[in-house]
Amino acid sequence: MKSILTNRVRVKLLGGVMAAALLLSAPISTNVQAADKKPIKIGFSMALTGALAGGGKQALEGMELWRADANAKGGLLGRKVEFVYYDDQTNAKNVPGIYSKLLDVDKVDLVVSGYGTNLIGPAMPIVIDRDILFMGLFGMDNNKKWKYDKYFQILPAGPKPAEGFSHNWFEALKELGGIKTIALLAADAEFARNLKEGALANAKKAGLEIVYNKNYPPKTPDFTPIVRAVNAKKPDAFYIASYPNGSAGLVRALAEVGTKAKAVGGGMVGLQFAGLMKGLGPNLNGILNYDFYVPEPTMELYPGAKDLIARYQAKVKAENLKTDELGYYLVPWAYAYLDVLGQTVNAVGSVDDHEALAAYMHKTEFTSVVGKVKFGEFGEWTESRTIVVQYQNIKNNDIDQFSRAGTRKIMFPTDIKTGDVKPYNDLR
Amino acid sequence: MIAELFVNALISGLLLGGFYAAISIGLSISFGLLDTVNIAHPTFLVLGAFLAYILNSEAGMDPLLAGVLMTPLFFLLGLFIYSVYYQFFEKTSAEALRGLAFFFGILFITEVVMIMAFGVDHRMVSAPYANGSLGGSILGMELSVPYRMLSVFVVASIMTLGLHLFFSRTFFGRASRAVHQDMLALSLMGVDPIRVKRIAFAIALATCGVGGALMIIMIPIEPAVGRLYIGNVFAIVVLGGLGSISGTLIAAVLLGVAESVVSTFLGPSWSPAVSFGILLGVLALKPSGMFGVGDTR
Repeated sequence: MKSILTNRVRVKLLGGVMAAALLLSAPISTNVQAADKKPIKIGFSMALTGALAGGGKQALEGMELWRADANAKGGLLGRKVEFVYYDDQTNAKNVPGIYSKLLDVDKVDLVVSGYGTNLIGPAMPIVIDRDILFMGLFGMDNNKKWKYDKYFQILPAGPKPAEGFSHNWFEALKELGGIKTIALLAADAEFARNLKEGALANAKKAGLEIVYNKNYPPKTPDFTPIVRAVNAKKPDAFYIASYPNGSAGLVRALAEVGTKAKAVGGGMVGLQFAGLMKGLGPNLNGILNYDFYVPEPTMELYPGAKDLIARYQAKVKAENLKTDELGYYLVPWAYAYLDVLGQTVNAVGSVDDHEALAAYMHKTEFTSVVGKVKFGEFGEWTESRTIVVQYQNIKNNDIDQFSRAGTRKIMFPTDIKTGDVKPYNDLR
Repeated sequence: MIAELFVNALISGLLLGGFYAAISIGLSISFGLLDTVNIAHPTFLVLGAFLAYILNSEAGMDPLLAGVLMTPLFFLLGLFIYSVYYQFFEKTSAEALRGLAFFFGILFITEVVMIMAFGVDHRMVSAPYANGSLGGSILGMELSVPYRMLSVFVVASIMTLGLHLFFSRTFFGRASRAVHQDMLALSLMGVDPIRVKRIAFAIALATCGVGGALMIIMIPIEPAVGRLYIGNVFAIVVLGGLGSISGTLIAAVLLGVAESVVSTFLGPSWSPAVSFGILLGVLALKPSGMFGVGDTR
């Protein structure tokens, strides 16, 4: 009897334990599901103040549009997407600290870069040390020395970006004819120096004589002495790799001092920003510069970009955002670099397996708002899609003219060409 | 050709010096005369530039006129800031390091306010003299003077000369200089040195109205652009000599000419090195700067 009772007690105890286990297991599995439903945090630094903030703010808005779209579709892997970001003040010195904080304190799931070469470079050692996937936005040859296999970036400059970036500009020069000498000028910053290096290689390939090759300090307030020094060398073409302040200063100095060079421009950052286009107005006429997206009819090769930009412009107006009114320059690309990342995460089914994420990126051709995207060995695009535009027909400082076709005509590639390259002074 | 380049570089340097003087003159008063390390001065210039932009783009007002109209506002702002600074730092003899922190704080707050109010995009003004240049052939040399820089130089020279005369010829000006030399002696003469300092500081900040307008005529602005010029303005004030307004103008022109000539003949990347080389050279020979009288206290 005693033994039976003992067994009954044992059975009851066992049953109780199993019931408890079942009861306890329910909240545990709920917790596991809740953990699964925790948002995916994407961390990055962004130039929200400082010289590149005009681009950084519009990039952020483009990223927010992607996040809204992704979350409307249920997020990534069924988890909502959240951003954790800090203002790097367009200061490279702030970047390593920000990425360390994102990874160690904020514990983000993925990191992507801020906007621009100078601000991607300082993050590279951090991400390489952690051996994690890193998406870059408009990085010019940041992986040249590292050759890191988990770096990918959105800048359609081809597998050799420094040369690919200016390749089409030199192709467009051929239309002018008679170009034998060239002057090269760059801002003393990583992006511009890389760009000038590429332009130098292209100039040598084209057999041009280099008559001027110098850098300028980024805080130069007056560019007239530089333009005069260049003019003294009588170049047929003047390739400039500059940042926004320098671009504006050079455009003005060229208008004030004049030049006999037939082609002027190339890698001038900032001339695509609404604030500078509006401010410089007719001074821009004749500048032959790079771009990635302009409101010309042939740009339909990027399906989705037009609608995305329209959404951005409507958002800027509706919410009275103090940012670029047009958004042509960065919005599609900022959207695309997260879109590509999102597609990868969904396909791989993980945010932790960085080997698998990188392997998927290497082998896949993505489709996004900037068309087909295929990465090469070290994360650069396999093909260059930089376009060359010439500023023409700019009558005044009205910003609306830049949202219509005709003010930034496409000169190269030839299959989407909307105008003929004219000598700089013919358009003055 | 070389003579033409040299003369053009001299002219450009002279005009650039005018711009440097316009952005340094306020600091020459606050730092040079009053020993108040207003590191936020370039940021107030940017604030002046943004206000000139608003009046220009929204009301179509000439940026220089806008700068003149804003001068009283900056004067009042200067009175207020100095009162706060005096009450919490100078009065308690904590002006050295904590005072510097105070002006750093003002710098950041002003920048954030500008970002919130105006955004981060680059802004420029339109004015008849913002484009084009005065050109001609003299002695077989083709010379060109951009109207933009000429207007900045003329206005900056008038402002600097006016302030020089004010601080050297008026009783208040001499009292301000006396603050720099011996505050106790000034008190014994029946003058309230704090009142003098408050008004002189307000005058220093008032230069940000016109100085800001000149800044946006010269370069595109965004809220943080003032930081680029902190080093330059302090270098000019120190080179000219603390307490010397005319010295500031001469130092500004000297650096402007040096930058321009070096940029033309050696290459632009050498210009900051040569400018700061001149500063170091002068300080080695004359630690109080070119026209500084040295510390008399």
